[in-house]
Amino acid sequence: MAKAPFRSLCTALLGLFCAALLLWTGSAHAGQGAPAAVNPALEQRVTQLAQELRCLVCQNQTIADSQAPLAVELKNQVREQLARGQSDQDVIDFMVQRYGDFILYRPPVKASTWLLWFGPFVLLALGLLTLLLKLRQKPAAPADSLTAAELAHAAALLAGESPPGEVAPAARSIPAITTVSNASTAATASTA
Amino acid sequence: MKRFALPLGIFLILLVFLGIGLRLKPQEIPSPFIGKPAPAFTLTLLHDAQKSFSPKDMLGKVWVLNVWASWCAPCRAELPALMALTKEAAIPIVGLNYTDTRSAGNKWLASFGNPYQLSAFDSDGKVGIDYGVYGVPETFVIDKSGFIRLKHAGPVTEDDIKDKFLPLLKELSGG
Repeated sequence: MAKAPFRSLCTALLGLFCAALLLWTGSAHAGQGAPAAVNPALEQRVTQLAQELRCLVCQNQTIADSQAPLAVELKNQVREQLARGQSDQDVIDFMVQRYGDFILYRPPVKASTWLLWFGPFVLLALGLLTLLLKLRQKPAAPADSLTAAELAHAAALLAGESPPGEVAPAARSIPAITTVSNASTAATASTA
Repeated sequence: MKRFALPLGIFLILLVFLGIGLRLKPQEIPSPFIGKPAPAFTLTLLHDAQKSFSPKDMLGKVWVLNVWASWCAPCRAELPALMALTKEAAIPIVGLNYTDTRSAGNKWLASFGNPYQLSAFDSDGKVGIDYGVYGVPETFVIDKSGFIRLKHAGPVTEDDIKDKFLPLLKELSGG
């Protein structure tokens, strides 16, 4: 009788606990990387720009991902400059002026990066071309590789093994030989 | 034999690329500052907060700017090479003490040796960012008219001094 209310109390407590856990982890995540989250719109721009900039210490990360001291300092720079009212391009120019194109996570398209940008497409085209050429090549006829003497020998074997009256099944099973080497079969037939 | 020629060829080509890739130094990022004027700054001195240093003070001299910090182990490793440089080339080395504290910086110099004519104190690393510093130590060679002529990332070795720095410093001082 007292079991049902007890169970519902347990469920309620568990639910409350889960909600608290969710809230807690959620706020912990929100707290990361946004020490001065006074202006959500600014913070969003900072994050967007930070995702375009490479961390120079841990080179395969953006400064948005990295917690290296330099990345944090560069993020602060981005935030300060945006807060001062500078455009995204101004900030990117500031960074490139100091760290070169290397800081751009998306390398610019220029003569020195053509291979990087278009190389994969060139490789793909080459691959497709090779495939196409291979597919269009006609498969070599097997009979071409037999010499006239071999053909004659094969025909002789066929003729010799098959008793009279049963030539037809043998001829059916190897039609290529019989059709290709009409002349030689005729020759062997005359000798046999 | 012939049918192995193509895979073997491709394998050898990949091997060459691997060899080249292993020799690359991804830490050495080409600096956009070579041939450009050294960014201006004014910072207080590490040992004396009342005095300040600016690259303008060095106009007319060939000099070396070395970025260091007391928390940086490779900086300690390159100290002997820097000492040798001051002895062999009679070139002033200015330190840029980067994201450090005054007490830790001064203590470090006192215990390990001080190759610097003076050290400028860049506590928040702002000047470091202006110089495109992404790791310490970094070393710049600046000519008489205040242009950056060489940037070396990572610790300077005796070989670097012999092969890179001394020839350039001689050339710049002579011309």
